Amino acid sequence: MPTLRFNMALLQISEPGLSTAPHQHRLAVGIDLGTTNSLVATVRNGISVVLNDEHGRAMLPSVVRYAADGHVAVGESAQAAQSDDPVNTIVSAKRFMGRGLADIGDTSRLPYRFVEVPALGETGQGGMVQLRTVAGAKSPVEVSAEILKVLRARAEAALGGELVGAVITVPAYFDDAQRQATKDAAKLAGLNVLRLLNEPTAAAIAYGLDNASEGVYAVYDLGGGTFDISVLRLSRGVFEVLSANGDSALGGDDFDQRIHCWLLEKNQLSALSPQDTRLLLTLARAAKEQLTEHEEARITAVLSSGEVIDNLLTQDEFESLSKNLIQRTLQPLRRALRDAKLSVTDVKGVVMVGGATRMPQVQHAVGEFFGQTPLTNLDPDKVVALGAAIQANLLAGNRSSDEWLLLDVIPLSLGLETMGGLVEKIIPRNSTIPTARAQEFTTYKDGQTAMSLHVVQGERELVSDCRSLAKFELRGIPAMVAGAARIRVTFQVDADGLLNVAAREMGCGVEAAIVVKPSYGLSDAEITRMLQDSTQHAQDDMQARALREHQVEANQLLEAVGHALEQDGMLLEAEQRARIETQMRVLRDVLPLTDQRELKRAISALNETTVSFAQARMDKSVSLALSGKNISDLEVK
Amino acid sequence: MTQGFDTPQNHFQLFGLAQSFQLDNAQLELAFRALQAQVHPDKSAHLPDTEQRIAMQRSTLVNEAYQTLRSPIRRARYMLSLQGVDTQEETNTAMPLDFLMAQMEWREAVADAQQARDAEAIGQLEARMKDETGKLEAMLAIKIDSEHDYAVAAGLVRKLRFMEKLAEEIDSAYDELDS
Repeated sequence: MPTLRFNMALLQISEPGLSTAPHQHRLAVGIDLGTTNSLVATVRNGISVVLNDEHGRAMLPSVVRYAADGHVAVGESAQAAQSDDPVNTIVSAKRFMGRGLADIGDTSRLPYRFVEVPALGETGQGGMVQLRTVAGAKSPVEVSAEILKVLRARAEAALGGELVGAVITVPAYFDDAQRQATKDAAKLAGLNVLRLLNEPTAAAIAYGLDNASEGVYAVYDLGGGTFDISVLRLSRGVFEVLSANGDSALGGDDFDQRIHCWLLEKNQLSALSPQDTRLLLTLARAAKEQLTEHEEARITAVLSSGEVIDNLLTQDEFESLSKNLIQRTLQPLRRALRDAKLSVTDVKGVVMVGGATRMPQVQHAVGEFFGQTPLTNLDPDKVVALGAAIQANLLAGNRSSDEWLLLDVIPLSLGLETMGGLVEKIIPRNSTIPTARAQEFTTYKDGQTAMSLHVVQGERELVSDCRSLAKFELRGIPAMVAGAARIRVTFQVDADGLLNVAAREMGCGVEAAIVVKPSYGLSDAEITRMLQDSTQHAQDDMQARALREHQVEANQLLEAVGHALEQDGMLLEAEQRARIETQMRVLRDVLPLTDQRELKRAISALNETTVSFAQARMDKSVSLALSGKNISDLEVK
Repeated sequence: MTQGFDTPQNHFQLFGLAQSFQLDNAQLELAFRALQAQVHPDKSAHLPDTEQRIAMQRSTLVNEAYQTLRSPIRRARYMLSLQGVDTQEETNTAMPLDFLMAQMEWREAVADAQQARDAEAIGQLEARMKDETGKLEAMLAIKIDSEHDYAVAAGLVRKLRFMEKLAEEIDSAYDELDS
């Protein structure tokens, strides 16, 4: 197993003055929720390690099998049943996250019974697809949550305590709907999401910190079902993503499909049963893996009809079968470089990530494109989880002596539908996040009190060619003559790459109410149903759990504020300080009680009281940051 | 000295830079990174919601300021707005005839090269476009920093906007070649 050392000469920055008091190590993990396999890793004694299951296996196959009695099998045991019970055994659920039926393409090649779900908004597109199993229709979010629950349990058993939080990785090219679905799955699994982290960026952290790298690096990440290319500049402890591109529906699975189709053609087969489809897909994958090390692979099977299949696939033949799949990864490479305003010669190293990069033809094509041998010294299956764990450790507040800063981007432009079904871009792709853009709108009719906005994501000019994210309805606009109202809508993309929208009428400052109708998201009712369905949560006493979470939060808050007062109390007026201390006392008083609502109220009250104090402390640390740089001409004339 | 978030300010003050169109990119980058190292949400992910919210707002502001100053056209537009000068890019279409003619020729050349799938020709057009853009930016520096001739500078920004659109077309021509 590769290990990581923190050996980089990192930024010497002043202590931000925001840290909490010295505390015990907070348990945090990084999770690579993959299309084919998932992993969980953590930092132990300063070293990032993958956590194995009780049989010593690191990788959990991302396979979930539903039984009629409600039993859910995850991982190896589910995988073993996939040929016998293909309809109830869900593999590669990641490909369906935040996706409608129309996005999936040819469903006849997949052994599932898809359920089309109407979208919440009237966007003319379907909602997130579901899969019908013996245990009922399952959203890909629920399937993913089952995988995450197993990894969470594995981590809590290994670390001996409850997790403070997790960093979950997503393909860099995931859009807002896919990211939101991933976050929902984590919440459903009872995980506190510290951050959604882009997979290539996670790999870059693991790689960069391990190799003390400086310069421009490209991360080529071909996973089971997704392809990402990220171009990063590594410089003195800053990982700055310059551009990201990719294809969120291209991966190792597609290479299996090519072999599968080849088998169908060779044997003149059509309309296979789900069992036979799954069997041939499994054999196709095995053949693909064998061809990494061997010149040829033999595929033999007996179909349910009794028909015998016996074919020999050579490496050359496989290469020609998969040639255009590899070509499809080269176009995003060119775009990513162009967006970063760089050429191939500027790239110092190419890091290979994802099991599919083991295929010799992939390594060869990438090496040829960049004119250099790609770096494969970290296990391509594990490097994402290892990097995510390092970031999780940092985000949980377990400070090491070294620090680094991660600056990531939004991969796809966000836009608004305008007249004639055209898209007006509001936040361009590759903007560093967090980012925001405010735009003003006006009414076009006298007395108009509502207005609808359609947010889409993508690079194309037509709304119909982009992904519909949500419809927002602004209501409660004061009635005025046409064109008199000024509604300021703010689009904020947070550090997870997720979009939030707020609106305000500028003339009289009325906060317009926003009704969000996410096109592929989950409604509140669906989430409630999933929570009820979830066996884990049915056993949990939800109330007790929520109370415990609030108690933890309250303790952390008291600790943080106490430490802040000790360190920077002099920034406060006596009266301000007294108010904060009063709220701390109130919180301490309600802490031992079991009234969850009281506790919540006391937490927000203390939070509110400390807003200006927190600002003052940040200002202090910011001034320190600039003055500490000793650049004399920082002076403003 | 005014810097940081504690006083009303402009983007230059935020980074502790002199208010000048000519700009040391390396210094801007250093100041940007130093600020983000303080305010980025990753630094407060373990802290209460209040801090996380402030961090997101500040980090957003630092990103916005950095993007504005880093791009010559956005920097010029911003500096003119600080002087109360509107660049009228949407409303003022009175461009010199020779400039408009040249723009039309550019676009036709890009379209022709795209049609002929001639990557080399597109590359040449791109180089010429960058050269032309560089000249306009050099003139902007003189007009804004030395001569304080903001009306002429606004005209140059309008010309740069044309070059920006041309750059977008060259970009999509490259995309076409790829597909």
